[in-house]
Amino acid sequence: MKFGMEEWNVVFFTIWIAALSTAIILPFGVGLAWLLARRNWPGKSLVETMVSLPLVIPPVATGLILLKVFGRRGPVGKILEENLALEIVFTWKAVLLALAVMSFPLLVRTARAAFEEVDFRLEQVARTMGSGPFKVFRTISLPLARRGIIGGCILAFARALGEFGATILIAGAITGKTATISVSIYNLIQLGQDEAALVLMMVSIGISFVALWCGERFLRPAKP
Amino acid sequence: MNQLLFHQVELKIGGFCLQIPQAVFPKRVTGIFGPSGSGKTSLLEIVAGLRRPARGTVQLGKTMFSDSAQRFFLPPEKRGTGYVPQDLALFPHMNVEKNLRYGTDGKQTDENLWAQILSVLELEKLLGRMPSSLSGGERQRVAVGRALMSSPKILLLDEPLRNLDHGLKDRGMEFLLKIRDEFSTPMLYVSHEPGEMARICDEVLVLNHGRVVVQGAVSDLFKPSDVPNFRFSAPADISGGSP
Repeated sequence: MKFGMEEWNVVFFTIWIAALSTAIILPFGVGLAWLLARRNWPGKSLVETMVSLPLVIPPVATGLILLKVFGRRGPVGKILEENLALEIVFTWKAVLLALAVMSFPLLVRTARAAFEEVDFRLEQVARTMGSGPFKVFRTISLPLARRGIIGGCILAFARALGEFGATILIAGAITGKTATISVSIYNLIQLGQDEAALVLMMVSIGISFVALWCGERFLRPAKP
Repeated sequence: MNQLLFHQVELKIGGFCLQIPQAVFPKRVTGIFGPSGSGKTSLLEIVAGLRRPARGTVQLGKTMFSDSAQRFFLPPEKRGTGYVPQDLALFPHMNVEKNLRYGTDGKQTDENLWAQILSVLELEKLLGRMPSSLSGGERQRVAVGRALMSSPKILLLDEPLRNLDHGLKDRGMEFLLKIRDEFSTPMLYVSHEPGEMARICDEVLVLNHGRVVVQGAVSDLFKPSDVPNFRFSAPADISGGSP
């Protein structure tokens, strides 16, 4: 059984890229969750449905959409390449994009539920005491929803760790460049290196178990 | 003292409609009295800026709170009201001191006011405690103190004694009377308890089914000796309030 530096690099790359994608989606996810929980605005249900789509459509379909949008000839990919010389597809940035898109709905849904659980009266009373909406968000809503938000981050991180379908479509399976744990497991199986794939699978299960266990702790209601 | 003025105010909440054609609250403590569902809390929320009337104007002194004709609505944080809701709404993640100072956050705290509030409401020993560890009476005192700390132009008290048992209600009322006597802040005091009205208010506005039944001096409408067998002396029957 071989589990060398290459495999460890895949593990560290996956943890790093999953953490980075979670950090990037955090402010957007929390902001959108608050808007969905506390405000009524035109197109709200459309945005709500769009954000949740990656949860229900096949991940490869999401990957295909990303490929068409961010590919060299895609509407966004073309602009990025021509103006910023930024190439997305089949680079680590494509992995980041796939993980962010796939884990975003989990963060938004969990954070939204957390904001909805905050007693609206507390926010109202804070407003009457001279606090504007942003200060109320910062001092009342955010601290009271923090357990759910942290739980959402951990769920999003765990989801990113295991992402496969969208990643392989937009980032490929380039060992040492874009291969994450799940993509590497697939690669190793294809190459007949089942034992190495099993070890990588065990490592993956271990990391996901710790992440989910921590997530459950945060999502569990606080003891009165 | 700033007068609170209502003119042709109309608020719709689902099938309920609160209408106040004309009302002036010139006294120190005005009671808003009526059965459950009569619109007392909604009236207070209009003043606090938590509900926006469909029609009419609301004004405190020279400050316009809302004017539907001009599509003007002053947000709650700019009104300078001190609101104590029925459920008191203490911030559960802050200790008593942080709750009390919340309204002064970022501004210079008036240390005289701070000392006066701590003394009058006997809050000194509670400062480090979390709201979840407080009794009903303590929570009520903290909520009133917190509202006062932001130096409000008007204090809005929504049934502040509602969740206290009989013994604690008397003590709670004593604190409210001290607030009335030691602070110059005008108050709107919502209750459906005639005894509370008689003890603390100068005048009373009576609501039923969202309509003003009568407004007058408390001495004309309520007598402390009537309590608890109080009979409302106004011509309209307010016994059939909606739940």
